[in-house]
Amino acid sequence: MTVFIIRRLMQAVLVVFLMSVIVFFGVNVIGNPVDMLVSPDADQADIQATIERLGLDRPILEQYWLFMKGALQGDLGNSFIFGEPALKLILQHMPATMELALTSLVLAVLFGIPLGLFAGLYPENPISKGIMATSILGFSLPTFWVGLMLIILFAVELGLLPSTGRGDLGTFLGMQSSLFTLDGLSHLFLPALNLALLNISLVIRLTRAGVREAMGQDYVKFARAKGLSTNRIIFVHVMKNILIPVVTVLGLEFGSLIAFSVVTETIFAWPGMGKLLIDAILQLDRPVVVAYLMIIVLFFVVINLVVDILYSVLDPRVRLQDHGQ
Amino acid sequence: MKKTTKVLAAAASVMALSLTAASAEKLTIGLASEPTSLDPHFHNLGPNNAMSRHIFDRLINQDELQRLMPGLAVSWEPIDDLTWEFKLREGVTFHDGTPFNADDVVCTVERAPDVPNSPASFGTYLKGKTAVKIDDYTVHFITEEPYPLMGNDISTVPIISDETGCGASTEDFNAGTAAVGTGPFKFVSYTPGASILVERNDDYWGDAPVWSEVEFRPLTSGPTRVAALLAGDVDMIAGVPTTDIGTLEGNSDIQLSQGVSNRVIYLHMDQFRENSPFVTAKDGSEIKNPLMDVRVRKAISMAINRDAIVDRVMEGVAIPAGQLLPEGFFGVSDKLDVVAYDPDGAKALLEEAGYGDGFAMTIHGPNDRYINDARIAEAVAQMLTRIGIQTAVETMPRSVYFGRASRGSPDGLPEFSFILVGWGAGSGEASSPLKSLIHTHNADAGFGASNRGRHSDPEVDAVIEEALRTVDDAKRQDLLAQATEMAMENVAIIPTHFQVNTWAAKKGLKYNARTDEYTLAIGVVKE
Repeated sequence: MTVFIIRRLMQAVLVVFLMSVIVFFGVNVIGNPVDMLVSPDADQADIQATIERLGLDRPILEQYWLFMKGALQGDLGNSFIFGEPALKLILQHMPATMELALTSLVLAVLFGIPLGLFAGLYPENPISKGIMATSILGFSLPTFWVGLMLIILFAVELGLLPSTGRGDLGTFLGMQSSLFTLDGLSHLFLPALNLALLNISLVIRLTRAGVREAMGQDYVKFARAKGLSTNRIIFVHVMKNILIPVVTVLGLEFGSLIAFSVVTETIFAWPGMGKLLIDAILQLDRPVVVAYLMIIVLFFVVINLVVDILYSVLDPRVRLQDHGQ
Repeated sequence: MKKTTKVLAAAASVMALSLTAASAEKLTIGLASEPTSLDPHFHNLGPNNAMSRHIFDRLINQDELQRLMPGLAVSWEPIDDLTWEFKLREGVTFHDGTPFNADDVVCTVERAPDVPNSPASFGTYLKGKTAVKIDDYTVHFITEEPYPLMGNDISTVPIISDETGCGASTEDFNAGTAAVGTGPFKFVSYTPGASILVERNDDYWGDAPVWSEVEFRPLTSGPTRVAALLAGDVDMIAGVPTTDIGTLEGNSDIQLSQGVSNRVIYLHMDQFRENSPFVTAKDGSEIKNPLMDVRVRKAISMAINRDAIVDRVMEGVAIPAGQLLPEGFFGVSDKLDVVAYDPDGAKALLEEAGYGDGFAMTIHGPNDRYINDARIAEAVAQMLTRIGIQTAVETMPRSVYFGRASRGSPDGLPEFSFILVGWGAGSGEASSPLKSLIHTHNADAGFGASNRGRHSDPEVDAVIEEALRTVDDAKRQDLLAQATEMAMENVAIIPTHFQVNTWAAKKGLKYNARTDEYTLAIGVVKE
């Protein structure tokens, strides 16, 4: 296991390095940030001064060398637009995205599992068919459109929930989050739901398929024969078995929720990392784009590693072997 | 001039008095673009400059038509060719209670051009100027050459306090500790991406604002902004998408405020390359650049149906343009009309210039910078194709577009042949576009920085330079108008229309639309 982890970490370093090359050179061929930054009133000398201050007059290899030198010391460069360290900006925006991703994950479980269970237990029931049909919509409707519809329905027409923003923050155990205030939760609900729709559909389908399969298995029949109550069969024995794929998928989805909640954050003006990223891309704030992608790469590498390790803990049949030898 | 100022000020204060009766009221504004910092000198950019006007004052203020009004200075005038004397307002205090005086001005002028990491500094307005304290309430600005635009330049620079501001870093301003100005509002809190909160400065030297508290929320997506207004989460929004104007007009809970801006949308033509990269004969073979012929440029201008652009593309929310700034601005010519739509005349001119069979070219433009920019480019292309100039359209995000349009060719020259661009005159008078767009490109002198067609006419250059040396207002006004007329006669650029900006507020609120496109809480009044 130790060897496995060490090898994985070495692979991770390689991945991160390759990614830094691709990302750094990739963003450097797009457009020219100077024209996004200077005031229109600036004359040629001002523009030249800005180019030099940002180091854009240097050869690209030298820029990359300087970037790597800084990165190894934990400095991913300063944002062109905010003038602050890119890493600090991203960490500043991270809690907002985390609470959004976590909440949407909880919603996916809360809605997805009961609905999937019902649809799996009573496949012929018209309600089940309705659930399955709706879950297709969850897959296929574009997020930005659903987001706007949610705003129009709940905020504009019904006036039940606020349309945009993060709301008041509460402090609990030293953490600031909108999870800890009523106002914050009311702001959180719509964007989290919007972000969760796809995963709700996914969980419904996984759960239903799992239940349908499990109900015909020998161990369920045996449990019945033993005289166990239906509830105990479903919620203890069946549930335990169908949860494994659900947990795996949700674990991986969590990563993409954090990394790519861009659309939802833009529609709901949610001050998270996704919005930071899209703004940085639009305004060619190269250091922020690079830093963001580097962090996300690290993030995915770590998640995958953790998932692999957890797997072996959850399911003793899975052994972490080093097949490479 | 001074009398009218006083009358205006008196009228404003009467209005303010009648309104302050309802005191504790919060206003929430949805902004289309977010300021990047609360440090007023960090980034010389529209959203930042608009935001800093709430917390900080300038020596000279620009009113909603960008006319210069006394701010922290009560008067300013040249006392000799190289010296301007500013008399400062007495009895003004910063939000922390310290008095405002000449030291604050001097240290502001030192700090503003030189903020660490600043992407666009105020050096543009301050270079060549030295501030010298004469006494506590008198400052002299000394220049190297006679400089008539002193008032316009100084009106852009926010004054910070020498006790708290001048030694502070950008982080200190963002944290609020240094965000101490003399402005109508005081800093309360700043959460990047989410909100900026300010409260009324009850000791403000001018008319106290109506609103006890103002929250600014960046809502960068257009539909989201409209939805937030309809849901009642914000009281007013800036930048209403033109497609939503019709629906909002029909909504009895919403009130729209519109005003023309200082931004002209225009076409720039390659006038410096014998073989322009995106101009060819119709069969694709190389031809001598027809855009260098003034008759061809005139024909293009005549072929553009500006009324149709305004009616169809802009849904009526724009004003056809015949020169660089809309009427009412300093330096516009009263002799220039919008070029009349005349496709037959245009064809005849092309014929006369030897292009009776037409030619082919590509129009390049941004697709996320100006209101409906890509659709305007398409409309122009159709109109030109009708007179025989086969025009293809290529639009791209502004992040890619402006770099290529300014210096995208291999030798660092403008890459395109025929482009759609806009220009907002930050100074609020005609020398701004004349200097940057019309004057011959000259990097050493700082002229023609945005002259992407490289139009060059020594005669108009001479008039512009003379205007920039002429301190006498009436004479300068005439020179600027004359330069504009010459530029339009030679079709240096082709103006199509002036943008009109739209704000939307809940019923009962009106916004005094500003030509500089800024969204200011003091401009929001109750009806």
